[in-house]
Amino acid sequence: MSENHQISTMDRVSVGLAARYRKERRFRLFGISAIVASLLFLALLLASITAKGYTAFRQTEVLLDVYLDPAVLDVHNLATANYAALVRDAALALFPQVESRQDKRIVGKLISTGAAYRLQDLVTSKPELIGSTRPIWVPADDEVDMFVKGHIPRDVPEAERRVSDKQAAWIDQLVAVDRLKLKFNTAFFQAGDSREPELAGIRGAAAGSMFTLAITLLLSFPVGVAAAVYLEEFAPKNRWTDLIEVNINNLAAIPSIVFGLLGLAVFLNFMNLPRSASLVGGLVLTLMTLPTIIIASRASLKSVPPSIREAALGVGASKMQTISHHILPLAMPGMMTGAIIGMARALGETAPLLMIGMVAFIVDVPHSFSDPATVLPVQIYLWADSPERAFVERTSAAIMILLLLLLAMNAAAVFLRNKFERRW
Amino acid sequence: MQKFALSLATATMLIGAAATSMAADGRDYISVVGSSTVYPFSTAVAEQFGKSTKFKTPKIESTGTGGGMKLFCSGSGVDTPDIANASRRMKKTEMETCQKNGVAEVVEVKVGYDGIVVANSKKADQMKLTRKELFMALAKEVPSPEGGDKLVANPYKTWKDINSALPANKIEVLGPPPTSGTRDAFVELVMDEGCAEFESIKALKKSDEKQFKAVCQTVREDGAFIEAGENDNLIVQKLEANQKSLGIFGFSFLDQNADKIQGSLVDGQAPTFENIASGKYAVSRPLYIYVKKAHVGVIPGIAEYLGEFTSDRAWGETGYLAEKGLIPSPVAERKTFAADAKALKPVVLN
Repeated sequence: MSENHQISTMDRVSVGLAARYRKERRFRLFGISAIVASLLFLALLLASITAKGYTAFRQTEVLLDVYLDPAVLDVHNLATANYAALVRDAALALFPQVESRQDKRIVGKLISTGAAYRLQDLVTSKPELIGSTRPIWVPADDEVDMFVKGHIPRDVPEAERRVSDKQAAWIDQLVAVDRLKLKFNTAFFQAGDSREPELAGIRGAAAGSMFTLAITLLLSFPVGVAAAVYLEEFAPKNRWTDLIEVNINNLAAIPSIVFGLLGLAVFLNFMNLPRSASLVGGLVLTLMTLPTIIIASRASLKSVPPSIREAALGVGASKMQTISHHILPLAMPGMMTGAIIGMARALGETAPLLMIGMVAFIVDVPHSFSDPATVLPVQIYLWADSPERAFVERTSAAIMILLLLLLAMNAAAVFLRNKFERRW
Repeated sequence: MQKFALSLATATMLIGAAATSMAADGRDYISVVGSSTVYPFSTAVAEQFGKSTKFKTPKIESTGTGGGMKLFCSGSGVDTPDIANASRRMKKTEMETCQKNGVAEVVEVKVGYDGIVVANSKKADQMKLTRKELFMALAKEVPSPEGGDKLVANPYKTWKDINSALPANKIEVLGPPPTSGTRDAFVELVMDEGCAEFESIKALKKSDEKQFKAVCQTVREDGAFIEAGENDNLIVQKLEANQKSLGIFGFSFLDQNADKIQGSLVDGQAPTFENIASGKYAVSRPLYIYVKKAHVGVIPGIAEYLGEFTSDRAWGETGYLAEKGLIPSPVAERKTFAADAKALKPVVLN
């Protein structure tokens, strides 16, 4: 009987074994397919953004021979001279066959209005050039740019294109004599926002993001760490601290727009801080990232083994010394990781900034915390909503820059963790 | 720990100092709020103004007409906006709020017109619609097709159900949400007009205006009208993908995407630049900017900004705003408003 029983157990095990292995294989397969699917979506997203955006890093420029006419350029009054007229004359000189007034106007439209500003910069920095003829590369109009890059197709009927057959012929003519080329788009990195796609850049938004994040980091990290240290090391365990803990966890999950409304009520309406300033943006984002930092800091304080505390106290260190000499340095990598992840989230935020006026058209690059500013994700949102087709590729390019920044921040978090983290 | 306490104290002090110094400072740039429809035009003017004068470039927020008016009328002083953009005329109630809060005089400038187009993919046939048909396609309740005055839930499923000359495609229209000024204008210019062509509803306008509005302005919710968000580029992309659907948006998006989409004829008129400017195309609305007179001279550059906006090189027939899709006002109207803006003549709403 007992032998029988033994055999039947073994049998049952061996019968079930195949099924158990199958189960495990199935589970692994599910896991792998989940990862493959998510990687596929990620690759798709990145590929579509890159495919749309990479062309934005190059901009069509035209080589003009500009005669810096002393009759137009008065050395003592360079700011108000008619640079646009010089550019137009130089553009017309490329097409001596054009005669009618209408055609001349169309020729002028091949060149961006930004050409005049470039010329002005050149003349202002080197007034000694006045009187000479200078070859100068100037940006082409955004529609010419789109045409050259193939975003405006040639094969549709003329009436449906924003570039006419005549303009297309002129563009081809310029390409043939090497006067029209795709060059690296410096304006994209050096300029603030603009309504002309060929002049629009992310410098203003990037500077705004930097100022905003500086305020956020400066405020949320010390306050968050101090709060975590107090809650973890000093606070008594009672109903009040439990309540505070629940509330902090809850705050971390609140939709960010709520913090924007709070910022509008407190910072703008009550404290009368200026609208659209990166200072206010930083304050609002501080409120948003504080819970994340407090939670991460508490977790890393908790992970410091009690033996360290006990040893420090045992050799006669005060509680304050124990914390500042031993616990805090050991918990710091985890805290910094939490802070960087919180910052990365703050960098990608738009909704709370809507309420405090940072969703705005701002051309001048901000130079201080009180200047009106906008941030990178807001710039992406504003460009995505613009009718000009050339903004499509710029939107994608700005997304690429934002993704790169986020990647760098998250990589820094991983690096810090691996370098300084101690396993016990 | 001391390090943290110290950095915390420094940071707080810095912010405090910055805050107080800022509250005391004036503002040296113009602040503009309001309609997202006027945004592309006022930003173009702002940029030109910033680059060609010694003043700073104005800051322009896209808050929507209603939100902009609320901010604009919240008071007088450097912490309130100087200019409000609007895709409709200021309401009397808004003017009252303004005056209650100390904004006594407001200068009004009609900067031009914007057409609202109903468009579909270039690959499909062009639609020829009337406003009555659009009302019948999009209203929640319509007069019963069997005749009589009774209102029934909208029974029309395809365009052919409405008019046998139209294609047998399912009714599917992508349009802006109720928070949008484009939607307000569409409802007012198309739905109200189309609905007034029914005698029974027209009679209602005199007897019970509230009921009239409820009937005419309520859009159907059974999936035939799809609210596509404020992003008009998105609607254009969706039209390209689905050739059978129609979209409603501002003229500038049709202008920029003429190789992908085509405007439908409304009441026999195509939505072209010429037709909207001459007033032949019925679905167009005026765009305004409102200026706080008390701020002129306090905030530098307001008069010059108005001057740039009302110059012929900006809002004229061949100006740079026309390039951006703004439909210029007739010459006489431009003259009057430019003169009023120069003299800062306060508006009287009636």
